[in-house]
Amino acid sequence: MNIKSMIEAAGWPRIIIALFLLFLFLVAPLVDVKISTSVSDTIVRFGRNGVMVLAMVPMIRSGCGLNFGLPLGIIGGILGILISVELELTGMSGFLTALVLGVGFGAVLGWGYGILLNMVKGDEMMIATYVGFSSVAFMSMAWLMLPFKSKAMIWSFGGSGLRTTISMDNYWTNILSDFLSFRFFGQIFPTGMILFFAFMCFLVWLFFRTQTGQAMSAVGQNPDFARASGVNVDKMRIQSVILSTMIGAVGIIVYAQSYGFVQLYLAPLFMAFPAVAAVLLGGASLGRVSIVHVLVGTFLFQGILTMTPSVINSAMSMDISEVIRLIVSNGMIIYALTRRVKEVR
Amino acid sequence: MTDNSTLFRCEGISKSFGESQVLSDVSFSVGAGEVVALVGENGAGKSTLMNICFGMPSIINTGGYSGRLFLDDQHANFKSPKEALEAGIGMVHQEFSLIPGFTGTENILLNREPVISSVLESVFGPRINALDRPKMEERSTAALGKLGVRLDAGEPVSRMPVGHKQFLEIAREIDRSQTRLLVLDEPTAVLTESEASILIEAIRKLASSGLGIIFISHRLREVMELCDKVVVLRDGHKVAEMPTSQTSVREIASYMVLRDKQKGGEADSGGRRDFSNAPIALKVRDLWVEMPGERVNNVSLDVREGEILGLAGLAGQGKLGIPAGIMGLKLSGGSMEFYGRNLPLNNPRQCLESGLAFVSEDRRGVGLLLDETIQMNIAFSALQIKKDFLRSIGPFKLVDDAAMEENAMKYIDLLAIKCNSPLQKAGHLSGGNQQKVCLAKAFTMSPKLLFVSEPTRGIDVGAKELVLNSLRRYNQDSNTTVVVTSSELEELRSVCHRIAVINEGRVAGILPATAPVEDFGLLMSGEGLGDDSGEGAGK
Repeated sequence: MNIKSMIEAAGWPRIIIALFLLFLFLVAPLVDVKISTSVSDTIVRFGRNGVMVLAMVPMIRSGCGLNFGLPLGIIGGILGILISVELELTGMSGFLTALVLGVGFGAVLGWGYGILLNMVKGDEMMIATYVGFSSVAFMSMAWLMLPFKSKAMIWSFGGSGLRTTISMDNYWTNILSDFLSFRFFGQIFPTGMILFFAFMCFLVWLFFRTQTGQAMSAVGQNPDFARASGVNVDKMRIQSVILSTMIGAVGIIVYAQSYGFVQLYLAPLFMAFPAVAAVLLGGASLGRVSIVHVLVGTFLFQGILTMTPSVINSAMSMDISEVIRLIVSNGMIIYALTRRVKEVR
Repeated sequence: MTDNSTLFRCEGISKSFGESQVLSDVSFSVGAGEVVALVGENGAGKSTLMNICFGMPSIINTGGYSGRLFLDDQHANFKSPKEALEAGIGMVHQEFSLIPGFTGTENILLNREPVISSVLESVFGPRINALDRPKMEERSTAALGKLGVRLDAGEPVSRMPVGHKQFLEIAREIDRSQTRLLVLDEPTAVLTESEASILIEAIRKLASSGLGIIFISHRLREVMELCDKVVVLRDGHKVAEMPTSQTSVREIASYMVLRDKQKGGEADSGGRRDFSNAPIALKVRDLWVEMPGERVNNVSLDVREGEILGLAGLAGQGKLGIPAGIMGLKLSGGSMEFYGRNLPLNNPRQCLESGLAFVSEDRRGVGLLLDETIQMNIAFSALQIKKDFLRSIGPFKLVDDAAMEENAMKYIDLLAIKCNSPLQKAGHLSGGNQQKVCLAKAFTMSPKLLFVSEPTRGIDVGAKELVLNSLRRYNQDSNTTVVVTSSELEELRSVCHRIAVINEGRVAGILPATAPVEDFGLLMSGEGLGDDSGEGAGK
C-alpha cells in the first residue's frame, strides 16, 4: 500500500529511468568504467544544464506551454558574454557583467517573444519552436556582422566575424564551479555551481509564492478564473515569458563557465530539446510543473546521457559515444513527448 | 380548421434519465391540418418529448421510453431519425443546420437532388450522376411556394437574413413529399416581429393543406394567434390541454409557472422590506452584452442598496449575460454607475476593486481552480485585489498560508463545506460544496454588491437551502446588496425583494417578489402586464 502510493507519487517513467540509471552504475565497474568519474560527470552536467531546464518553469506555469523558444534566451545570454569579453573583463567582474547584460537582453527579447505568443494563443509551442529556429538563423548572420573586435573572439584569418567556438579560459572558466569546490574520490565537486543552481531554484520557488506568482499560476490553470479575479491574463503571460527568457540567459552563462566555451551559430538550436525533455522526464506536464520536476528530470536525463555512452563504449570497446548520445537523448525526447500526449488526452 | 381524423397521437409517454424523471405519462394528439402548441418552461420536457417522437439516438441510448406513439393509428416506434423521416415526420430544430456556402436550393434539396443519369452510373453507382439543376429550381420554388414566401433561393445561405434561413429549413422538410407532421422547435425565436408574422402566415397555410403541425414557442401571443390547441407541460407532466379559443395568455402563463404547493398563492413575504427609498447602488443604462446564447440587447436597471434583486427569465433570454457583462467577463457596452461613480465596462479588475463581486454560474469553468486547494480558491480574489493574505519576509511579500487557512476554516464552518481539510483540492468536492467555495470566495472579498448566478444549479436539495440561506444571512448581516440570477422562479421568489424578468435581452418588467406567479409567467413569455390579460378568447 505504502510502496504503491510512493510509486504512484513518483510515476512509473521516473522509476523505470531511475532503475535503468542504477543498472548502468552497477554495470559500469564490470566494463572498466570508473564510477567516480561517472558520478562526477553526472553531477557537473546536472549543474551545467539545470538552470536551462529551470527556464521551462514560468512558461509552463502560466499556460504558455513548453519553452521551445529557449534559444532566444540563450542568444540573450551569449550577447551578454560576448560584450563582457569584448570589454576584457575577467574573473568575477566579467562573469557578473555577462550575467547582468544577459538578463537584460533576455528581458527585452522575452518581452517581444511574449507579445508574439499572446497573438497565437493555443499554438504557443509550435510558434515557439519557430521563434527558436528563426532567431538562431538570424543571429547566425548577426554573429558575422556585429562589430566585435576582441582577438579572443573573431576569426583570426579574416579579421572580422565571430568564431563558432569561443574559449572562456582566459576569462572566467569554472568561476562558479571552483567556488568552495573540494576533492571527492579524486574528482572535483563543483560546489559553487550547484549552490548557484539551488539558489536559482529557490528564487523561482519564492517567486511563485508571491502575489504575481500566484496570479501567473492561476492564468495557466484557468484563464477565465484569473480574468474573473481581476488578473490581467495577457500581462501575466508576457511576464512569464520574460522570466523564462531571462532564466534561459542565466542558464547559458552558467553552462559556458562550466563547459569553458561559448558556442555560437547553430549551437543554441540544439539546447531547447534536451531541456524540454528533461523537465518532461522529471514529471512535468503541460499544465503542471514544480521545482522537484526540474531537479529530478535534469538529474535523470543528464545521468543517462553520461552513463549510456561510456558504458556501451567500454562494453563494445569502440568509440561511438557521440552517436549513442544522440540516439539516447533524442530517444528520450520522443519518449517524454509521447508521455505528454497521454497527459493531454 | 381542425378535421376529426387524428394524424399523430402519443399515449402515456414517460422517460427518465437515470434518477430524474423528465416526462411522466404525457398524452396528446395532433389532427391533420391542426396546429398544436407545446409550451412550458425550460426543462419542462418539451425537447425530450420531441426527441422521442423523432427517434433521436439520445433517447435510445439512455434506455428508451415507455408509452406508445401512433401515426395514423398505426403503432410507431422509431429507432432512428431516418425512420421517423420516412414515416413522414419532419423536424425543424432551433439551431440552423444549413451549409453556409451552398445556395438555398442546394440546401433545400441536399442529399435528395434530382439527377441526370449517365453511363457512368452503371460503373460508379448513382452518386456519380450530375445534378438536374432546372428540376432542383423547380422543386425548391414549389416548396417555397407552399410556404407562400418569396426569396431568392439561388443566393448562398451565408448572405441570407436569418428569417430566410428559417424558411429554408421548413421548405426542406416539406419538400419531402411524404412529410405529414411537422415539428417546429421555437421557429420564431430568432426572427424579428415582421418576419415572425410572415412565418406564422406560412405555417397556417401549410396546415390548411393538411399537414399536422407541432409548434413549440415561448411567445404565447403567437401561440394564441396561430394554434388550434395548446398543450402545457410542467416538470414533465401535462398540466393542461385546451383549445386556444377557450383560454387566455394569462391562463396559459399561470399553468406554465405554477407549482402545486402554492397554486395561486403568495410567495413567503415574511420580513420583506421596502427599498424604494434606499439609495441606488448600481445604475445600469443601455447595457448590451455579447454572450453566445445569452445575448443582452438593451438593459437599464437600478439596484438599490441593501436589497436582494432577482433576475428571472427563460434560458437564452439574456439574464445570465447581465452580470457577466457588468463584471467585464463578456464584451459589453453601455454605461454604469456604482454609488454615483462611473464604472468602466469590460474591466473586471476595476469592478472588483470598487466592491463588486461575482459568483459565476460556470463553477468549474470560471469559478474555481480545480487543481488548487480550497483555501487558495477562497483567498485568491482577495489576495489579488486587496492584497490580503500576504506577509512580508525581508524584501519579499509571500503568501500567508496560515491566514488563508484560518479564513478557509471560518467559511468551512459557516457554510458547512464538507471536506477533509482546507488543503483538499477544489476539484475533488461535490457540486454543492464547490458552490459554497465559490460563495466563500466572494464573501472573502467583503463586497458591497454581490452578483450570484444560478446559485443552486446542479446541487441537491439540502445544499440548495443552505446556499440560499447563506445569501439571505449575508445580505442581512452585512447589508450587502445582492443580485441573484436564477432559472428557478420559486427560488427567486423565496429570497428576493424584487424580481426583474428578462426577456429577449431586455427587462420585460420588475415585480415585487410577492406578485402573483402568473404575472411572472406573462412577462417571461414576452407579454406585457397591461389590460390584455383578458384577451385571447378566440382569434
